[in-house]
Amino acid sequence: MYKYDNYDQAMVDARVEEFRDQARRRLEGKLTEDQFKPLRLMNGLYLQLHAYMLRVAVPYGTLNGEQMHALADIADKYDRGYGHFTTRQNIQYNWIKLEDAGDILADLAKVEMHAIQTSGNCIRNISSDHFAGAAADELVDPRPYAEILRQWSSFHPEFSYLPRKFKIAVIASDTDRAAMRLHDIGIQIVRNEAGEIGAAFYVGGGMGRTPMVAPCIHDFVPLDQLVTYSEACLRVYNRYGRRDNKYKARIKILVHELGKEEYARQVEEEFAHMLEQGIEPPLAELERIKTYFADPAFKTDLPTEADRSDPEFALWMDRNTHPHKQAGYVSAVISLKPVGGIPGDASAEQMHLMAELAKEYSFDECRVMHTQNIVLPHVEIGRLHELWSKLEAAGLGTPNLDQIDDIIACPGLDYCSLANARSIPVAQKISKRFAETGKGDELGQLKLKISGCINACGHHHAGHIGILGVDRKGVENYQLLLGGSEAEDCSLGKITGPGFDEDGIVDAVEKATDVYLANREGSERFLDTYRRIGMDPFKEALYG
Amino acid sequence: MKILTGNDLKTGAVVWWDGQNWSLHVEDAVDVGDRAEEILGREEAARRVNASYAIDATRDEDGGVRPAHIKDRVRALGPTVRPDLTLKPAEPEALNWVI
Repeated sequence: MYKYDNYDQAMVDARVEEFRDQARRRLEGKLTEDQFKPLRLMNGLYLQLHAYMLRVAVPYGTLNGEQMHALADIADKYDRGYGHFTTRQNIQYNWIKLEDAGDILADLAKVEMHAIQTSGNCIRNISSDHFAGAAADELVDPRPYAEILRQWSSFHPEFSYLPRKFKIAVIASDTDRAAMRLHDIGIQIVRNEAGEIGAAFYVGGGMGRTPMVAPCIHDFVPLDQLVTYSEACLRVYNRYGRRDNKYKARIKILVHELGKEEYARQVEEEFAHMLEQGIEPPLAELERIKTYFADPAFKTDLPTEADRSDPEFALWMDRNTHPHKQAGYVSAVISLKPVGGIPGDASAEQMHLMAELAKEYSFDECRVMHTQNIVLPHVEIGRLHELWSKLEAAGLGTPNLDQIDDIIACPGLDYCSLANARSIPVAQKISKRFAETGKGDELGQLKLKISGCINACGHHHAGHIGILGVDRKGVENYQLLLGGSEAEDCSLGKITGPGFDEDGIVDAVEKATDVYLANREGSERFLDTYRRIGMDPFKEALYG
Repeated sequence: MKILTGNDLKTGAVVWWDGQNWSLHVEDAVDVGDRAEEILGREEAARRVNASYAIDATRDEDGGVRPAHIKDRVRALGPTVRPDLTLKPAEPEALNWVI
């Protein structure tokens, strides 16, 4: 993985001291909250329902064991013994004291981490495929491209005050595991007919109050123009994005209002101008960055089958592992979704264990998934049972990747000051309901996502089943959506009708799955059946 | 009744105006009537509270103070999904008060 050079480390260290001074001045009364708020947000420090919340960037979700240990130590030393992995592959701490924030950032900097640009109207953490560098189906490892964009976008002075926040995802396989088309810019590394590698640009996607699937505005940008084209996309947005209305300020609104063709035309015009400016880093820099992402020393001639005589292990292996490009290995998913648990939460003890397991089984590497689980990307198939046994013992062996209880849920009204309703209790009740009835096992892949407000941090628009919590005259109410997908078959869910109370939404989800089971043909997923039979049978079951 | 709440500047902890100081316990909150703006301006300037605001609340039959909106009741007690981290970890039934 990428290692900081002296410039990286010096910049991050300087930012720590800068923020330490800003926090001191705030505590001494030399800065008002109005003056301090944008400064703390630039360093990922929010004020949430119960305390300050610190969001730490995990670039493209990649961590080594030392970093995971450091995150655990922060949870223990400065928070309340746990952290929350987010839908943008980051981690959040919910109980931070302002007076500790400088020390926390210093601890992060020691392991080449920070919280810079995890808030504010800037380019946020670049996300990517959690199986990058490991997946059997990828064209190339997308992380070097994500890294060069991370370097370009970090502290970029022109893009520090965009009309709104800006999120970029980079993938390199036809299977989209990063919700690429629901980002402000989604980049897919592709090969053209001439066999050259380049980048397809999808611009103007997003969730939130106005969800949109990003259209492709350029199907092949050469790699030696990747940064320049990205900058052209941002420049047009920065110039014409709606700064007068927060709710219309994201790039998706600009692309929608201009139209894909006109936005693309303006980007091409800016791109042509910028090519003359020579801002693109030389390809040698990309090659240098690639060396940090070289394959680890995979063994050869390893067994490609595991002993599946233990049925619980076999189930976990079937559900929670992903095919690897190297024979004899798989990527193993550690579920942070135990039955009735809080999606994405991990205790300091569990984080320490995952760090140790990464060192022992996965070349000292782990990944944060946007679905709020953790991946050990390179595990020998012959050692899987041993790994699973350790996970089981720690409550981390739930076999539910992409099952109905592998629920994405935002922190909701239990933690978030923007939320209108609680998300986590709904996730817990659904998880318990399907575990108790045993129906979960019949359903196959079913992605369920819950947001506690219209901002959609829980990706409810993109759930096969989505749930949106709203405030109805001071009472929590939950709308049900069907038919969303964040994958390569990207689509936005549609609301079924009137909302439900907390228990009612759990019943509604069960009824929707009953409709699916009654109508499923062959190996159809819930989403496939919904797309074939449409909304009416579901409405009939829910409201008829 | 109108009560005042905010976060402690240093720790971020949720606090409630008790007439003299800022308390961690909502049951200490007092009715400030129409003096909210005056008190909040003074207390913010003195850095004794951060992000403060006035809310509607009612007084229960037993004398307890109940914020009108669920968001402030969650703030008053703590996350409903982690009873161990609330102000009343030994009283899981306290969560019923929030909902």
